[in-house]
Amino acid sequence: MSRLADCVADDPAAATFRVHRRVFVDADVLEAERRCIFDRSWLYVGHESEIASPGQFVTRNVGGRPVILVRSGSGDVNVLLNSCTHRGNQVCRAPSGRARAFQCFYHSWTFDRDGLLIGVPGQDGYGPSFDRGDFTLRRPAHVDSYRGLVFCSFGDPGAGLADFLGPARPYLDDALDYSVDGLEVVPGVQQYVMHANWKLLVENSVDGYHALATHHRYFRQFLSDVGVLPPGAGIMKIAGAGRALGNGHALIEAPFQPPVLAAAGGAELAEHRARLVDRFGEERTRPIADYARNLFIFPNLLLISNWRAIRTWYPAAPGETEVEAWGLLPKGESAALRRARLDNYISFLGPGGFGTPDDNEALEGCQRGFATHRELPWSDVSRGMTRDEPEMNDEEQMRGFWRRWAEMIDGPVR
Amino acid sequence: MTQLVDAHVRLEVEDFLYREAELLDRWDLDGWLELFTPEGDYLIPPLDGAEGDPGIALHLVADDPVRLHSRVHQLLARSAWAENPKSRTRRLVTNVRAVERDGGPVHVRANFVVHRFTQHAHDSYVGEYDHELVRTLAGLRFARRTARLDHTTLRPHGKVSVII
Repeated sequence: MSRLADCVADDPAAATFRVHRRVFVDADVLEAERRCIFDRSWLYVGHESEIASPGQFVTRNVGGRPVILVRSGSGDVNVLLNSCTHRGNQVCRAPSGRARAFQCFYHSWTFDRDGLLIGVPGQDGYGPSFDRGDFTLRRPAHVDSYRGLVFCSFGDPGAGLADFLGPARPYLDDALDYSVDGLEVVPGVQQYVMHANWKLLVENSVDGYHALATHHRYFRQFLSDVGVLPPGAGIMKIAGAGRALGNGHALIEAPFQPPVLAAAGGAELAEHRARLVDRFGEERTRPIADYARNLFIFPNLLLISNWRAIRTWYPAAPGETEVEAWGLLPKGESAALRRARLDNYISFLGPGGFGTPDDNEALEGCQRGFATHRELPWSDVSRGMTRDEPEMNDEEQMRGFWRRWAEMIDGPVR
Repeated sequence: MTQLVDAHVRLEVEDFLYREAELLDRWDLDGWLELFTPEGDYLIPPLDGAEGDPGIALHLVADDPVRLHSRVHQLLARSAWAENPKSRTRRLVTNVRAVERDGGPVHVRANFVVHRFTQHAHDSYVGEYDHELVRTLAGLRFARRTARLDHTTLRPHGKVSVII
């Protein structure tokens, strides 16, 4: 295969869609993905609520680069590359905090929260052409926010953030309109490694088909154990839609509310919904409040309405993916409802939940299985190709991701 | 007023923790559940040092008794795929410290390493227990069982699928 795009074999006439498994194991493919996809896409950095006041910062790895997301003294949201312009050391070494300035401990060069170089010990050792302005902390080529979500791109993303989000925006707006008092990232980030290719987590993130099989223990055991369903009962079918939104974005959705939260939320949850109706009307409130939606933003961001989760991930190696996840919950709710939402989240999601460990186990099993890729080269992603209205248990939304991947993977770079 | 417990009580606490570790390593999870008071809960706080109880910060685990019983129920059935087949574990519990408040619970801290072996992985979970034990007619019982992991990220584990 001279073109990596040929690893995606899309044959509408035959109603088959296959992906060559070398894309999950080859280091060459990962290198192409980094240069042609991750370096040319809008990547999620963080949420503005994480740096609510001047000086607050978080450090992240975004697109394989260490960055600082920091609120400047004048309230601007800055994304700075976390590498000293002198000799390279990271100028900020804490995961989060509050700073007046960032001082590199190696030679004590000091930068303010806009990245300006404000301190150089022994500056008289440099020649007359030395200009502090040449040593400002670098920034990604593009930085923009969409309603509190901060993104950056290290190369040419081809479109502005709003246009890139384009077809996903109505769904993103629904997610971000969930609280009339606003949303905030709660303390506690989940960071873990998955020993599987990053694209397996893309597929899994919008895979309705696996839910009742992989998550049998959540839907059949846990929901009965906690009294949401009668003993021995279980959710046997979740029906909804799967959509390839364009630009590689993808959605699965179903009229389904997280049962644990619905049971625990009580009157306050009903009041929460009533306030949404006051603001948006009944028709628009339904998708905001009554739907389970997994909204995938190409190439590596997921918003999950069931748990009000934000998740992003990045490949450390073909078979190793670093995952970060946060809770984005309504501001101003009672302590009891906040607790119920947190309990709802971690009952399924995260390394200790009753869902995520089994997803990871499945994806890691796939990755081990791909050692046979020379004998068994193709994965099948054709479910639902003959259906006029793709369902959430189909794979049209994944095909949307793969088509975008194929468009980008052979270049251009940056 | 607090005081360090005497050696006799520390031996009692150590014996309790060792017995607990044995139950867990043998996958006698029903037996393990009996070590909790009816209200006892099980927590793994977030790894990034975020402060606050499970009503404020996103924990890895915050099982009230209902979820705790369900966790055990799930682990002993077949579809907790991350633990089917069941991993082998071996727990080392050391540096046991205990403080007994007058008439109150016994506050226990202890260091732990939980080794987990599967066909594909050897994961070591390292941290400190921070338990509230109460005396009942049946002996010491967990009122709150907290396993505070030292890891800053779950690399390479990726999951906390066994009881830590």
